[in-house]
Parts: sequence; structure tokens; C-alpha cells
Amino acid sequence: MRTEAVDVAIVGGGPSGMAAAVAARRAGAEKVVLLERGEQLGGILNQCIHDGFGTKVFEQALTGPEYAQIYIDRMEETGVSYALNTMVLDLSPERELTVCSSQGLRQINAKAVVLCMGCRERTRGAIRIPGHRPAGVYTAGVVQYYMNLRNLAVGRRVVILGSGDVGLIMARRLTLEGAQVLCVAEILPYPSGLARNIVQCLDDFDIPLYLRTTVVEIHGRDRVTGVTLAQIGPHGGIVPGTKRLVECDTLLLSVGLIPENELSKKARVALSPVTGGPVVDDHLQTSVPGVFTAGNALQVHDLVDYACLEAERAGASAARYAMAGRLPAAEIAVRPGQGIRYVVPQLVSGTESVDFSMRVVSPDHDRYVIFRRDGHELRRMKENVLAPASMLRIRVRSDRFQRGAGELTVEVGA
Amino acid sequence: MSQEYDVAVVGGGVVGCAIARELSRYQLKVVLLEKESDVGRGTSGKNSAVVHTGFNVPVGSVKARLNVAGARMYGELCAQLSVPFKRVGKLVVALTPDQVPELEKLKATGDRNGVSALEIIGGDAIRRMEPNISGYAALHAPTAAIICPFRMTIALAENAVANGATILLDAPVTAISGKAGAFRITSGQGTVRSKLVVNAAGLYADHVARLAGVRRYKIWPCRGEYLIIDKARSDLIHGMIYPVPPKGGSGLGVHLTPTIDGNILLGPSAEYVRSKSNDATTAAVARTLMQEAQQFLPALNPRDVITAYAGIRPKTVSSAVGGFGDFIIEEAPELPGMLHLVGIESPGLTAAPAIAQDVAQWVGLHQPLQANPAFHPERKLPAPFHELPTEQQASLVAQDPDYGQIVCRCETVTRSEVLRAIHNPLGVHTLGGVKYRSRVTMGRCQGGFCGPRVEEMMEEELGLPATTMTQRGPGSWLFAGTTKELRTACAPKL
Ligand SMILES: Cc1cc2nc3c(=O)[nH]c(=O)nc-3n(C[C@H](O)[C@H](O)[C@H](O)COP(=O)(O)OP(=O)(O)OC[C@H]3O[C@@H](n4cnc5c(N)ncnc54)[C@H](O)[C@@H]3O)c2cc1C
Ligand SMILES: Cc1cc2nc3c(=O)[nH]c(=O)nc-3n(C[C@H](O)[C@H](O)[C@H](O)COP(=O)(O)OP(=O)(O)OC[C@H]3O[C@@H](n4cnc5c(N)ncnc54)[C@H](O)[C@@H]3O)c2cc1C
Repeated sequence: MRTEAVDVAIVGGGPSGMAAAVAARRAGAEKVVLLERGEQLGGILNQCIHDGFGTKVFEQALTGPEYAQIYIDRMEETGVSYALNTMVLDLSPERELTVCSSQGLRQINAKAVVLCMGCRERTRGAIRIPGHRPAGVYTAGVVQYYMNLRNLAVGRRVVILGSGDVGLIMARRLTLEGAQVLCVAEILPYPSGLARNIVQCLDDFDIPLYLRTTVVEIHGRDRVTGVTLAQIGPHGGIVPGTKRLVECDTLLLSVGLIPENELSKKARVALSPVTGGPVVDDHLQTSVPGVFTAGNALQVHDLVDYACLEAERAGASAARYAMAGRLPAAEIAVRPGQGIRYVVPQLVSGTESVDFSMRVVSPDHDRYVIFRRDGHELRRMKENVLAPASMLRIRVRSDRFQRGAGELTVEVGA
Repeated sequence: MSQEYDVAVVGGGVVGCAIARELSRYQLKVVLLEKESDVGRGTSGKNSAVVHTGFNVPVGSVKARLNVAGARMYGELCAQLSVPFKRVGKLVVALTPDQVPELEKLKATGDRNGVSALEIIGGDAIRRMEPNISGYAALHAPTAAIICPFRMTIALAENAVANGATILLDAPVTAISGKAGAFRITSGQGTVRSKLVVNAAGLYADHVARLAGVRRYKIWPCRGEYLIIDKARSDLIHGMIYPVPPKGGSGLGVHLTPTIDGNILLGPSAEYVRSKSNDATTAAVARTLMQEAQQFLPALNPRDVITAYAGIRPKTVSSAVGGFGDFIIEEAPELPGMLHLVGIESPGLTAAPAIAQDVAQWVGLHQPLQANPAFHPERKLPAPFHELPTEQQASLVAQDPDYGQIVCRCETVTRSEVLRAIHNPLGVHTLGGVKYRSRVTMGRCQGGFCGPRVEEMMEEELGLPATTMTQRGPGSWLFAGTTKELRTACAPKL
């Protein structure tokens, strides 16, 4: 088998992978290769033809493909080499990648690796809706692909499960494409998507949103003929008397994304049970030295800008590691406190400024996010709106870490 | 003009397909008629996938004879047909000392049925074999095996076709007339004439018998639901773990069974249902299955479940009567020339190859059997790409670049393997058919990435428009049309 050596290898050619590759080149890595399984660069952005991408970094609302093009151009400018239709089959803790394409199987030995495999959608199985197994149960990404890239309609009467941004955007798209969206059902007491999407995607089209409601059964043998909706009580049971049948031919599942980390597991990278992505330090280095990660493979992002900012950090760190063979040790543990579901990174060195990303447990407003080390407050940040659906990204400058000792906690407080 | 056959088999489950293959050893014109768009879509695809040894069927029963005979044939049959087969062994676990007499009874039955190597072992031995299982004692059946029932059924059908049998899909049989030597069978694919008929219609064997005027059979559907556990937890058990069979129950009790693809099955439940087509899963049973399984394996978590399915037992005894019902394999006196296979519930998968031999003998009573000199028992498939060592993978890709294109990333299925599945010998052109033949879309993402790619490959390879694609045949359509068609149809009338 052919073997080649590189400085930095990037797995995945979505926006994160491209941003990491460009950053690695800019940080001085000589030989950077990016490997993408699909037929083109851009990852999930290729099928997101709605606009709303780039509001944080480029301060404009681009479509997915437009956003991707910016990074494709930067890849060309900085001289990143890339291979399409190329799947990374295996990764060892020694950073040997087994790579497969129609040109053959080869091995790439990388001084540093950045994992940017994105995420996959949760399926019917993952949420266990009982009933028959007819055709017509689709995940949002599949419907989006067929509709936007193949001009194919998956059904006429659609029920959407899940009120995250993906579900909301699909409700609008399907309506514009001539399908009848009967309702969006959401199990939580509040919608998971952004307020602006509720207005623009549901209210403007008179699509009802049912909260505390889920699909409890799927009907139809060959093709979906209907779903039973029911209200869910505070302890997770069905509220008696609330079951009702909605006749439809399609159930669209938009019930969450799961970071894609099968390859990370092969390299024995430690994963967080909360985020589903690797445990990382402030260089975005995983538990395996020289293996870095960013984007949706690390944590599910709602904004591509943040995925790319994170990826730039990972790419630059990978370049540093490739050149120096090591990075400063990160020994300060970071723990989510009151009101916080998770914080990334989970470890910091304390010698450099850190951009923390985090999600809150439940919706709130006009509260502070507070960083502490054994009682000493390092930073507090006012947030007007806190929602589990909106990832918070807060920077703590390097000098602040000196203010205390021991682990660092992040919490929501007054 | 109708076709003329020696034997017509109604039903393309594992039993019908085993029969078609067995009969293709002889100089006979054989046709199999299956109502669905593929073989193995009935009970044969929805069971525990276990090659039972035969210790829980009454001594002297037809079930016992065919179970033990079938189990002995399986290893070689799977090797001939390139169907994965694993002898993982089985433990029937007694949780308390008072269940030990039950184990002894099972062992005595097994010994008398001719099952080899049965042994009762103690708690320590259980733990050595299965560190996550605790029990007081267990019956160990080392020869019990697991297979893939879909692939088995497909392989039998493909080998039958390679040896000259005809398989008609989308061919529901709606009328049977005539008599021995001259039957006329009307199906969704036209009428065929045949000297003999074999009724292997599984759950619908009573119905198919009635089509021919034989009214003596009645089948009660009894549903069994399963949960499938994620491969990430496959290390929890090594072999099958069964409880001591519940008294007066309709099944073997909820068991843990490793699958050939590395998942674990929990189930089945046993519940009489009204409709034979009611193979829906339910939330209530899912909860009970998990609770019962946790008795053996406390480490299991509801979050480990990736999906659920159900299969239906063709019972010849009603829930009111209960108890044991034997396989019925007979020619009804009022209609010679037609053989009925009724009540082929568990261990029907195991028994299928032996049932097929019995059927061939029956055919031999009606007309002399002459060996088919062209019969070739083997159907050789290359090993799945993902199971090969890297060096072998590299040389495959060097020979055929389509091996280098990974279509399904969860299961590492290559373009070459998908192409082979699309151009399958039975001519099955459904997404489901390609899925069961190649494992695409069967991984964690359940086709989120590869589903559309496979569907597109089918369009290209078969020259069919997307809008004709189905999941598993007529009715299970994938697309309502193009978006343009839908927009036009729904535009508000001005
Ligand atoms: C429907 C939808 C709507 C969205 N709307 C917005 C929005 O309006 N605004 C916004 O800012 N953000 C939005 N987002 C979020 C944004 O698109 C994501 O955060 C971003 O695309 C994540 O990029 P990524 O590179 O991490 O992952 P991806 O884009 O998923 O890319 C991962 C890539 O890795 C490849 N890959 C995986 N495994 C391998 C392997 N083993 N070998 C080789 N290649 C591999 C994949 O093929 C893929 O191309 C939306 C997301 C979705 C799904
Ligand atoms: C829950 C459960 C668990 C089981 N576990 C095991 C196990 O672990 N080991 C084991 O050995 N056995 C097991 N079994 C039993 C085994 O699955 C069956 O005995 C076996 O699959 C029966 O095969 P068959 O071909 O007779 O029936 P089927 O697979 O039902 O095939 C009958 C076929 O006939 C077709 N058909 C029906 N009507 C018509 C018509 N009018 N015209 C044309 N075609 C028609 C159907 O579409 C179907 O494809 C289990 C069964 C169940 C329900």
C-alpha cells in the first residue's frame, strides 16, 4: 500500500474542515491535505439553499453554497491540497490514516490530524416511535437533499416532529414547494428554534406549533397514512385523552443531530456523553496527542460562523503541534455549574485566551454567565436571552485565569 | 398463454425458497409465486434468527424431527450459499434453585431428540462464559447458532433460480383450480399451470388452502416484538441468553440474542392479535421487553435501543386453547396433489432445509425424481469489503475501482457491492431489496447519507425515473412527484 507523510491531515471537507485547513496553512504548516468523502467540498452547506449563513463573521446573510465558496476560494489561495470521493476508513492513535478512493487504498502518516466529520441526524430508532414501518418517514436532511438538489417531493401532507431551526426551515420550504405542512410537534414546553424562525417559517404560513406534544404511533403498512399525536405530561407519560390521529403521508423527523465520531473511536479518542463529541482542551486537542477536532463533530453548532471560528483555532493548533511536536499542557478542568448543560473546552491551559462555547439547560432572560475558580470570579457576561437552542460563545482572556486555583466552573446567575 | 410446471410453490419465505432450491436438484420445472416484491418479507425476515438445537420441542413431534435434522444441515448449507453462520451457543439461565428441575427437563427432552453436547452448568461457569450474566445454573447448548434470515432466504432463492427454478414476485395467488396433474393457479403475474402445488404461504397458508377449496385449517396470528440494541454494546453478551420458558406461554420467553451483524436482540413478546398484517410495535411492549431483559443484564439501558420490529407467529392453536401445536405437513384427503405446510412457526427457520427434503420426497410419490445433472449447490459471494484485512481491501480496489467508492459510511459498503445488489438475480428493484442484499442504509444513520445515493444509483443503473421508486413494492412509494408537479397541483386557483 502507498504511504505518504503530511504535516496536517483534515478529515471532512465541510466548512469546518476547510476553515481548519486554511488556518493550518496560514499558521505555517507546509503540507496540509483535506480528505472529503463526498463529490464536492462544502459538507452540509451544499443543500442549505436558504440564506442566514455568515451573520457573525461576514456580517451578511449568505446561502449555504455561497458561504462554502468563500472557504473553497481560500483553500485554493493558501494551497491546501484536497481529495474528493475519498473516505477515511481508519485512524490509529499514532495518526496513521487509512484512506480509500477509486484510485486505491493508501496510508497517510500525519504529524497532526483535525477531525471535522460533521454530524448525522437522529433517526426514528433513536427516538423509538412505535407502530408500523412504512415508507414516508424521512429525516430533515434527506428531505432537504431531495427537495433542494433533486427537485423531488417526498409527500403531500406532512407532519414535522421537532421545532429546532432545521425543522422550522423545512416547514417553510415544504410549504413553498407545494406540500401541506399540517403541524410541527415539539415535545418540550418551548420551541427549540430561534424566535425569528418561528415567525418567518410557521406564523407567516399559518402552520400550527404544538408544544409538549409528540408522535406516539406511526400508521400505515406500505406508506404512512397517519400519525397519532399526544400531549406529554411533566413525567414523560401521555396525558390521558389527548391522543389524536392526524392523517398524513409523510412524517419528517427533525429531532436532533449527533456528532459523527466513529473514526474518533477507532483512534481511541475520549468522547463526552453530553456533547457526543470528543473531550478537548483549549487548543481543541483531544485526549489523543496530535488529534484535534472542530465543528459539528465536536459539538452541534447552530451557526456555521462559530463552527468555522472553532475550526480555525483547531487548524492553527494542529499546525503548531506539527511543527513543535507538543503544545502547552492543559490541566485546569472546566465544569458546567448551575444552569449550564455543557461547556467546551473541558480542559484549559490557562496561558492563552479561550473562547468557551456552552449551552444552557432551560430558557431564561437577563442573566449573567459567570466563570469562577474556587470562588474567585474570572468573568461575568450579561446575556439578554438564554435558550438551549442558541449556543453561547464567550471569551475569557489569558490574564484572568491567574485569579484562582483548581477547577473552573461556569454557571448562570444573577 | 399460461406456463406449464411440475411443481408450483406458493410463498417465498425461507420454507418456500428452501423447497424451490431443493426441488431444483431434480429434473423438475419449478415455479415459486410470492405476493410481495421480494422474497423473505414475511415471518422469515422477522424472527430471532436462531438455528435452534431442538431441546424445547416435544419428543416424537414433527417439529422435533425437522428441527434436529434442519439444524444439522445448516452449517454446510450456509457455507455453500455464502451466508454468514455463527455457532455462538445458548444458555438457558435459571435465576433460582427452584428453576433447576426445568433445566433438567429441557436437557432430557434435548437428549431424547438427539441434540448433542447439552450440559447443565453452575453459576461460576456461567460467569466464566458470560461475565455480565449472573444466574444460579444454566443449560448450555454449544451447538446453537445464529444466521441472517434475510440473506438465507435470498440465497436459497438465488441458488434455486441459478439451477433453473422460476421465481415470480409481485404475484399474489388469488385462485387455485383443477386437480392433481392439472392445477391452474391465478396470480398477479398471470396464470400458471402445474401438476403439483405446495402451499408454503406461512401466515396465509389457511387462506391459500381455502383458495383451493380446502377449509380445514385456521391460523391465529400471534405477534412477537423485538428491540434492537446498538452495536456499541455488543460486548455485553457472547452467546444467546434465554430464560427458563414461561409456563403456558406462547413462546420461549424474552431472550437476548446476538445478531450476525453485531447487534443484540431483545424479545420476542407473545401476544395474539386480530390481524395477520398487524406487525406494528408498541410502546408498552418495548417497556416490558427492556425490563425483562434487564433482569439478566442490568447494564442495559433504554437509550441503547436503536430500533424495533415485530414478527407474527402462525399459530394453529388459539389463545383460548393454548399449548403445543405441531407443524402440519400434509396433503388434504379432499384434494390430492397439493401439499399444505401449516403452522410453520418456530423452529421453522431452522427446520426449513429439512422440510424441503420432506417435500421433495412427497413430490417423488407423485412423479419419479431424476437428478438434475446441472445442479450446482453453491452460490459464491465475495466476503463483505468491510470484513477484509486492509491488504486484501487494497488489492480489491486495485482490481475494481468501484470498491474504492464507499457508499454507506456507517457500514462501509462499497459501490461495487451496491451495484451487485441492484443487479440481483431475482430482479428485485426496490430500495429495501438493495438494502437487505448489501447492508446499505442499515447502519446508525439509517440511510441519512447513503439512502439518496443508493436511490440515485438505482435510477442510473436500471433506467427508472425517481418517481417510480418504492421502498418495498407497490404502495410504498418514495416520492409524490417532482416539486414542480406538486407546486402546480397545489397552486391557489385564481
Ligand atoms: C438544515 C440546516 C440548516 C442550517 N442553517 C444554518 C443557518 O441558517 N445559519 C448558520 O450559520 N448555520 C446553519 N446550520 C449549521 C451549519 O450548517 C453547520 O454548523 C456546519 O455546516 C457544520 O460544518 P461541519 O464542517 O462541521 O460539518 P459538515 O458540513 O457536516 O461537513 C462534514 C464533512 O465531513 C465529511 N466526512 C465525514 N466523515 C468523513 C470521513 N470518514 N472521511 C472523509 N470525509 C468525511 C462529510 O462528507 C462532510 O462533507 C444549519 C445546519 C443544517 C443541517
Ligand atoms: C417472533 C418469532 C421468532 C422466531 N424465531 C425463530 C428462530 O429463532 N428460529 C427458528 O428456527 N424459527 C423462528 N421463528 C419461526 C420462523 O420465522 C418461521 O417458522 C419461518 O420464517 C416460516 O417461514 P415460511 O416460509 O413458512 O413463512 P413466511 O416467511 O411467512 O413466508 C410465507 C410467504 O408467503 C407469501 N404469501 C402469503 N400469501 C400468499 C399468496 N396468496 N400468494 C403468494 N404468496 C403468498 C408471503 O408474502 C410470505 O413471503 C420465529 C417466528 C416468530 C414469529
